[in-house]
Amino acid sequence: MIKKTLEPILVEHEFFKGLAKKHLDIIVGCAKNVRFEAGQFVFREGEDANEFFIVRSGKISLETFAPGRGAIIIQTINADDVLGWSWLFPPYKRHFDARALLQTRAISLDGACLRGKCEKDHDLGYELMKRFADIMVNRLQATRMQLLDVYGNSK
Amino acid sequence: MAGPVMEPMLPKSFLISAVRKETPDTFTFELAPANGGIAPYGPGQFNMLYVFGVGEIPISISGDPRKPQTLAHTTRAVGPVTKAMSRLGRGDSLGVRGPYGTQWPVAEAAGRDVVLVAGGIGLAPLRPAIYHIMANRDHYRNCVLLYGARTPQDILFRKDLAQWRASTDIEIHVTVDRGIPCWRENVGVITTLIPKAPFDKLNTVAMVCGPEVMMRFTVMELLQRGVPPQSIYMSMERNMKCGVGFCGHCQHGPTFICKNGPVFRYDLIEEWFAKREI
Amino acid sequence: MTKKGTQAVRPVVVPRSDLQKLFDALSERGYRLIGPTVRDRAVRLAEISSVNELPEGWTDEQDNGTYRVKPTGDKALFRYVVGQDSWKQYLYLPATRLWEARRDKDGGFQTSTETAKARKTAFIGARPCELQAIAVQDKVFGEGDFVDPGYKARRDAIFIVAVNCGQPSSACFCVSMKTGPKATSGFDLALTEILDAGSHYFVFEAGTKHGEEVLGAIAGKRVSPQEEAAAEMVTATAIKNTRRKLDTEGIKELLYRNFEHPRWDDVARRCLTCANCTMVCPTCFCSTMEDATDLAGSRAERWRRWDSCFSLDFSYIHGGSVRATGLSRYRQWMTHKLATWLDQFGVSGCVGCGRCIVWCPVGIDLTEETRAIRESEHPGVKDSHKSARKESGP
Repeated sequence: MIKKTLEPILVEHEFFKGLAKKHLDIIVGCAKNVRFEAGQFVFREGEDANEFFIVRSGKISLETFAPGRGAIIIQTINADDVLGWSWLFPPYKRHFDARALLQTRAISLDGACLRGKCEKDHDLGYELMKRFADIMVNRLQATRMQLLDVYGNSK
Repeated sequence: MAGPVMEPMLPKSFLISAVRKETPDTFTFELAPANGGIAPYGPGQFNMLYVFGVGEIPISISGDPRKPQTLAHTTRAVGPVTKAMSRLGRGDSLGVRGPYGTQWPVAEAAGRDVVLVAGGIGLAPLRPAIYHIMANRDHYRNCVLLYGARTPQDILFRKDLAQWRASTDIEIHVTVDRGIPCWRENVGVITTLIPKAPFDKLNTVAMVCGPEVMMRFTVMELLQRGVPPQSIYMSMERNMKCGVGFCGHCQHGPTFICKNGPVFRYDLIEEWFAKREI
Repeated sequence: MTKKGTQAVRPVVVPRSDLQKLFDALSERGYRLIGPTVRDRAVRLAEISSVNELPEGWTDEQDNGTYRVKPTGDKALFRYVVGQDSWKQYLYLPATRLWEARRDKDGGFQTSTETAKARKTAFIGARPCELQAIAVQDKVFGEGDFVDPGYKARRDAIFIVAVNCGQPSSACFCVSMKTGPKATSGFDLALTEILDAGSHYFVFEAGTKHGEEVLGAIAGKRVSPQEEAAAEMVTATAIKNTRRKLDTEGIKELLYRNFEHPRWDDVARRCLTCANCTMVCPTCFCSTMEDATDLAGSRAERWRRWDSCFSLDFSYIHGGSVRATGLSRYRQWMTHKLATWLDQFGVSGCVGCGRCIVWCPVGIDLTEETRAIRESEHPGVKDSHKSARKESGP
């Protein structure tokens, strides 16, 4: 039943646009609803990375903790954003903490299961790789711009 | 204009009526003329401000064009003139020449969506445009302000932002490059706010203001979103000594930032904006 | 501000022996005269009152980074072209106090400025290229929304006696820029010097009513057809002998599309960013403002001084210069002069006087730099205007 209600949501999402029906069916088969309360960790740095998320509502912060500085927020993830790509690349471990800043609803996709399916069906693998590569490129550009510290005072 | 201005280099004496510290390094002062009135100005224009015996620099007007009793300017103390300015207080004087330059396209934007993208102190030259839009709200369709600052402590005009948000006439998204533990809004560069901002790419006017690097990335993102280059406007900055097209310092390729700008339609300077050391 | 030529008055011949009458007529009308003199082994502009102060029997030899004066052995008064001085120093002063300000009791200040007044000045011996340079600066300072009142006052008080050129230096390229060697407008009077076996005279042409009036006071004879032909010959010879050339065909687009050309690296290796070219160039107009105050802080002044885009802090903003490299500054100067000036003012910034080539300590030649870029677009097809002079450079 749950899988039936998730299909229309996933079909409509920007991230999955253009996927063939048979691939979408596999994705839907690996999907479930999840919810996080404000302040709750979605995942921790160093944990195994076996799922990724499509955020439906709320806000998640990607953080790291530095001694003496406390938790530093690298980036915030909002509704409709995709969170998590470490599940796709060895060693399949999380690089950052992720914590819900507000009550957050998301769809969780089973990464371990999808990894197996991608090995069997390279077309599915290619389609997912293309989409994640696009996200990563955008994140990289944004991160580089962050490093430029463009609003910083002149030397 | 009634005819050519014959003594363009004489500053008029104004007195500081108020000084407000906006952030640790940014301040706003309000000026009232010692005699006479304030010349009407449009959003996006600037004045040449003179500190007696020290020097003169261009600063965008950051106040409300419909309130002709005072002139507001917001600046950081980064050089000898602005540092001297930061030591002035109520009752001290500044020389004013202006207003000069081209304006934000608040008229051209009528009937369309408006997306304002401000980076850092770039919110100051955009504020007069926001005041104008809010005062004539029914001339425009969707209005959204995207504002990026370095850290939450660097956010300008908090009262205005809160008021505008409360009015529901304009959607406001703020992001910072670096958050602090109690910051619950966005963290990430300003370009990340563009893909999902609510405006119709084919029926919008974008006004962008901030450091040049930030404007470059912002324009890239807007173009990627499908906004035509003729719908994007930016405010440029260069060294200025006269503000009236004589000293040659503010040239950017064939344009003089003081008289052909500072507000430019992107497609008209696209070729030069892409070149280095221009 | 250029004055149209008059067709009604025919040219007039004034013998050498009567030339002083021109000077006297102008002095009587209240003009101080500025003209060429030889001083410190160069032709320099100075205040003069007598024809005897002109460089009689002198000529110049000019080339990339080279300037010499040499005696000719004859009595010609104008057998040289332009030196390092241009007329802009009299119209657009190198340093000028714009205003003075005094603090008042309320904490504000009052500015005061001298009413723009100017001494009536006659320019004796302005070359045709220089007339165009004055016309170019007229556009910069007098035709926009803002007018420089000092420039306007000085400009309105000028009487120009132009001299048509008979002998170009090897640095001249007025023919390419269509600014000479014959003056066609922008003068009150223009003369052509003819010195041949047995006679020495000047064919005078009036360009304005004012010029006509002064010419009337000298009472020369109506020019004969032979004398007119001799005058034509002078400038025709000058055209023939002009060696240096600049191909201006599509020059704006050529430079606009070559901002990343490797030739700029080449010139950057040679250019010292010494700013000589901007100082001698008759159209360069960049300035800076200097604000100063007395020790008590009660009186302040603003001065405007000539500035150069070659200086490192010319483009200083937010802690650094936009044009930090010498390459970008040379490129800015040259592309402004030959290309962006066209978009800004509708005319070229270059009048072909050659001063920048002569007074560059390393002899950089913007006609050659342009040629190099142009030829690189069509390798194997030589620029049709390649000059016959020797190659420059270290």
